[in-house]
Amino acid sequence: MSVLVDALTPLLGPDVRYDVSQYPSSITSCIMLRGKFVEAAKAMKKVHALLVAEWAADETLFGRGFGIYACYRWGSEYLIIKTEAPLEEPIFPTLTEKFLPAYRFERQMKSLMGVIPVGHPDSRPWIKFEDWPEDAWPLRKSFNASKTMPRVAGEYKFVRAEGEGVYEIPVGPVHAGIIEPGHFRFQAVGEDILNLEERLGYVHKGIEKRFESLSWQEGSRLAGRVSGDTTVAHSLAYCMALESMTGCKVPERAQWLRALFLERERIANHLGDIGAVCNDAAFAFILYQMSRLKEIMLRTNYKLFGHRFMMDRIIPGGVSVDIDPDGKELILSELKKLLKEFNRLVAIYDENSSLEDRVRDTGILIPEKARELCVVGIVARGSGLNLDCRTQNPFPPYDRIGVNVPVLIYGDVNARVYVRIKEVRESIRIIREILETLPGGRISADCGIPAPDTSGFSAIEGWRGEIVYWLQSGPNGEINRCMVRDPSSVNWLGLEQAVLGNIVPDFPLCNKSFNQSYSGHDL
Amino acid sequence: MRTGIVTEPLPAEVEEEIKSVGTKLEDVIRRRFSRSLTIRQVDAGSCNGCELEIHAINNPIYNCERFGIHFTASPRFADMLLVTGPVTRNMEIALRRTYISTPPPKLVVAVGDCGCNGGIFGESYASLGGIDKVIPVDVYIPGCPPTPVALLHGILKAVGNK
Ligand code: SF4
Repeated sequence: MSVLVDALTPLLGPDVRYDVSQYPSSITSCIMLRGKFVEAAKAMKKVHALLVAEWAADETLFGRGFGIYACYRWGSEYLIIKTEAPLEEPIFPTLTEKFLPAYRFERQMKSLMGVIPVGHPDSRPWIKFEDWPEDAWPLRKSFNASKTMPRVAGEYKFVRAEGEGVYEIPVGPVHAGIIEPGHFRFQAVGEDILNLEERLGYVHKGIEKRFESLSWQEGSRLAGRVSGDTTVAHSLAYCMALESMTGCKVPERAQWLRALFLERERIANHLGDIGAVCNDAAFAFILYQMSRLKEIMLRTNYKLFGHRFMMDRIIPGGVSVDIDPDGKELILSELKKLLKEFNRLVAIYDENSSLEDRVRDTGILIPEKARELCVVGIVARGSGLNLDCRTQNPFPPYDRIGVNVPVLIYGDVNARVYVRIKEVRESIRIIREILETLPGGRISADCGIPAPDTSGFSAIEGWRGEIVYWLQSGPNGEINRCMVRDPSSVNWLGLEQAVLGNIVPDFPLCNKSFNQSYSGHDL
Repeated sequence: MRTGIVTEPLPAEVEEEIKSVGTKLEDVIRRRFSRSLTIRQVDAGSCNGCELEIHAINNPIYNCERFGIHFTASPRFADMLLVTGPVTRNMEIALRRTYISTPPPKLVVAVGDCGCNGGIFGESYASLGGIDKVIPVDVYIPGCPPTPVALLHGILKAVGNK
């Protein structure tokens, strides 16, 4: 079944080509003229596709201009549509009218690549701060990334509300807790939030540009540091995109171990998040209990795999560490205890009425909005969207083991907590199955280097949600472009909507229930 | 009423690790900081990996509060800034302002390989490199990320120094 390709058929003609340099071959990629870019988006919208990502690549090294890409998803099908803009006329038609998340993707493309979305409703930069020189477009090949940029004068204009009793609360970038920096601007009346505007970009480290100066091997280390709490899933997504380009066959045992690491990362983060949400509702007890369980897992990670967060344990071609029978035994017995204690804590969560009062009906993201914003992962599943790459785009062992995906429709803080609760239990089941049936054999294969001018794509379900990587090799087989789409790039938009009409003191609670990455967003 | 785990002995290997550094910390903090060392954590551009371990020293296993270490929401009450990074260009000004708002003794501890020298992100248009490129640093804690015990050792070194 290929809903997206079928939907595109009426548009096909001699001016539309299939891009055969795009891997894996299961992903269809079409190149069309700029005039048809929006028509294609309309066709996608008609069949209820989601916009996964939109990005640009500087292809001047191939004697072309800029490649403008949009990736859509429907069920398990992904489709990439590319159009080209010449260097002298770097413009393309905006997709914002059809797809809301294009709003930020396109501001980012304009800010960092200097390609202009014609018709975009917001001309303010994104990630690029007002004190950058206007013509600093770091993702262009002509940009010298090692030079420091001068600071120029400029002002960022926030959305304002006016009227009797309306006031503004600026928060950040340095926040009160041990968290990442970002700025939130509230417009409020009394305690009610009229509008929230996020301003992100504070931790922009130039990651996408940095990839271009690294070897393919080193790239996986950098991917593992895009968002430290998701190191496993990010390096996995990078490696899978790369392996699709080189045709590397990852040994079965390595694939199963990758899934083991991925599920352990999911459990550890979910435990932390459930605790943190309760803490923000002044129920610190669960935070301490959950962080104790999390710590036990991290210590075991260190003991068995040599790193508490399993950084750099996923490498191009496989994994760098194996597990022995004692290790399996340790994990299984530990999970047994963990599940027992976890269930006891969930019962406490369920039975505490003052906690219930805080988490229910708070921070609601209704399913219609969630769909419109194309949110992913836990946020999507808490708002009625059945999206999970482990079932819709599975790699072994998920195709064998299967995943029961929890979907709740309420869209409130409690729903997002409950998706995590159910996923912790499910991940424990998955880990048990992995360890019981772990196939033998090698744990890595030679990954190789991609041919020039090819591209690779991958989508992986990290603990926050779908992580997408798109890699492109240059004329000499080097990294020409690495596009990273963390779940946070889309889910942050969901938070802005979910807090409307809530009271300011509930913001931390709403925010924690989303717990999006700043680093993964800012890159 | 249901309760969670109320109290339990620490795992032997943790006990060992924390005891030595913890006793020393408690001693210095009692003598030099009237029993309470207040820390303001600043993320100046990290990947958030270092933050995970700073959280961990607050968990019940490491429980840094029992040695007198307390994390505060404002630099104005802080004895120490615990800074992760590389310092991004977009955070440089906020970091400087935080430093200015901190009263003496203004101890600064740079956390992680990135905080020490920019780590994997290096120096570029967007990353200025290590914390000492922007504010003076007293102690460096390398590691990616440094373990909770390494963090406690680094904090100990900083309070023992001045
Ligand atoms: S030292 Fe490692 S964990 Fe810490 S911010 Fe840098 S990359 Fe992340």
